[in-house]
Amino acid sequence: MARSDSQLLHVEDLVLHFRTSKGAVQAVDKVNFDLGYNEAVVVLGESGCGKTSLAKAILRLLPRNISAYSGKVFLDGVDVMTMSDEEFRHGVRWVKMSLVPQAAMNSLNPVLKVGDQVAEPVMIHHGVKKEEALVLAKKMFDHVGVPEDFLGRYAFELSGGMRQRVAIAMALVTAPSLIVLDEPTSALDVLTQASIFNVLKRIKHNLETSYILITHDIATSSELADRVAVMYAGQIVEIGDAGRFFPSPLHPYSQKLMASVPRLRGDRDLEFITGQPPSLLDLPAGCRFAERCPKRFDRCTQDPPVIEKEGRQVKCWLFA
Amino acid sequence: MPEKHASDKQMVQTMKDSQDKAGGVLLGIQDLRVWFELRRFGFGHAGYVHAVDGVDFDLHHGEAIAVVGESGCGKSSLMKTILGLNIPTKGKVIFNGSDLSELGAKGWRWYRSQVGYVQQDPYGALPPFMTVQRILEEPLIVNGVRDSAERNQRIRKVMEEVKMFPVDDFLQKYPHMLSGGQQQRTVIARAMILEPKLIVADEPVSMLDASVRVEILKLLRGLQTTHHLAVIYITHDLSTVRYFSERIFVMYAGQLVEKAKVNDLLNNPKHPYTLALLTGTSEPDAENAKTFKEIPPGEPPSLVKPPPGCRFHPRCPRRIKDVCDVDMPIEIEIEPGHGVSCWLYK
Repeated sequence: MARSDSQLLHVEDLVLHFRTSKGAVQAVDKVNFDLGYNEAVVVLGESGCGKTSLAKAILRLLPRNISAYSGKVFLDGVDVMTMSDEEFRHGVRWVKMSLVPQAAMNSLNPVLKVGDQVAEPVMIHHGVKKEEALVLAKKMFDHVGVPEDFLGRYAFELSGGMRQRVAIAMALVTAPSLIVLDEPTSALDVLTQASIFNVLKRIKHNLETSYILITHDIATSSELADRVAVMYAGQIVEIGDAGRFFPSPLHPYSQKLMASVPRLRGDRDLEFITGQPPSLLDLPAGCRFAERCPKRFDRCTQDPPVIEKEGRQVKCWLFA
Repeated sequence: MPEKHASDKQMVQTMKDSQDKAGGVLLGIQDLRVWFELRRFGFGHAGYVHAVDGVDFDLHHGEAIAVVGESGCGKSSLMKTILGLNIPTKGKVIFNGSDLSELGAKGWRWYRSQVGYVQQDPYGALPPFMTVQRILEEPLIVNGVRDSAERNQRIRKVMEEVKMFPVDDFLQKYPHMLSGGQQQRTVIARAMILEPKLIVADEPVSMLDASVRVEILKLLRGLQTTHHLAVIYITHDLSTVRYFSERIFVMYAGQLVEKAKVNDLLNNPKHPYTLALLTGTSEPDAENAKTFKEIPPGEPPSLVKPPPGCRFHPRCPRRIKDVCDVDMPIEIEIEPGHGVSCWLYK
């Protein structure tokens, strides 16, 4: 993949392994992808495939037990991996990219008013006074559809959907060009989910934000996706345009995953994938999906190359 | 009370006699209301939470129904009342011809052997200090299966039915050693081991991954048809109900607003709330990203002081002034088997 300057984010050979008593957990293993300006990429995968670790690796929110952390992450053409932690904290995290964490609605501080929590990042990163920051917070509340008088409330006074909106406002307030959303709606009800996606779409349209949406929910991910990356056992196995991916996924894992999505209408039978994903402690040589793959053949014992096919990149021997 | 015991015995007998009337009504819910009292400072009445407020339906032998609603709509309270964990404030739950409120201790034990419960979070539902064998053995011991050989044989049979084989690999395992799918299978096996007539499944797949979800749904559907089980499937996810049930009941703020056969409800929804739920449910389609969804504004009402008239009227795009906000809608049967509580169809 050639690095192009028209990309907002360029991730190259990103590796994040954790050290545990049982050995190294290869949570993110040589991940490559690009993200354009005002574009949303969805990272799809089942639990334990490393998708949340990918978000943490990009935002450098790392625990202590790291055994390997390498690769290149270019943001606006600058390699942020070479920055010191201080530089990253002052110049990148929450300035250029921010995060809506998993279960964000429960990550709000219970003893601070939500308005103050939304104002805090601006005060710290832009050095403005509290009054000014609160004005900005009010504006953000307007963007995410929270009534202004909620500024003075506490998290426990808000419903789940409202808390999620506040968490989005918090990520948005410093006007970053990239927001990483980790399962932003998985704990919410259908209608709340749909209205949160409406909010995210409106923000993308009005403020030209880019998103990395990390989720296991294929159906709702299509609400936001410009591009889709499918992750399996720490690697991206397929990445491409959403318009091509949803009707006809290429990788056998993506196909199986798609066939397991319940549909409201139509009479297609649902399929499931037999077996379990491999342990990230002890990964098989060759293709990591081979054991469960209905289309495996003898070449699958070797590590598959990434192949350009129909404008998509697929990591599978079938297309070699 | 000796009298109570005698009537108990008689009742259990008549219950057993009336069993297996294929196609007959297994469970009848009549004007069920479950209210929880609110207290001020620990005493002093401060109103009621109207969790279930006037629910009626019949469930036939071998039929699978789905109760669909958002969190806080009262679907869990309804389920718990059916399981006998809540006492109805008003109304009746009638199982196989007998009113639950009239059951004595023996009657209750019998009833609980007839109703299986599949919990939402399998890991939370399984005792961490028990092996799979002990988990499955306990209901049998409680229900007086004294012969250990018979117990073992029944455990093996049920484990094969939930496709946990080879059985010997699993018997001595503790819940934490099982995958999410296997844990949910164990929960299903436990619900099935007393050969119940009714299974209540509370969001049985919402904690599982996409690919495992389908496997468990198919397993439950298979068990339902082979054993001629009645199933109440409680969920918030309309997209899975089609694969699982014959009828859908849509619940909003403690009431059932629409009842219909699966295809009627999905293809021809009548109640504005049902329509909103269907609009809100996504299908994997790249076109979704280009459009906004029409979602009713606001949030479900407080169940302490529900709005007068139709409970959906403050959010309803089609409300009729001076009708919907005054009178509670009555259930209207639009076509056979399709009931809707909405003034639009009066």
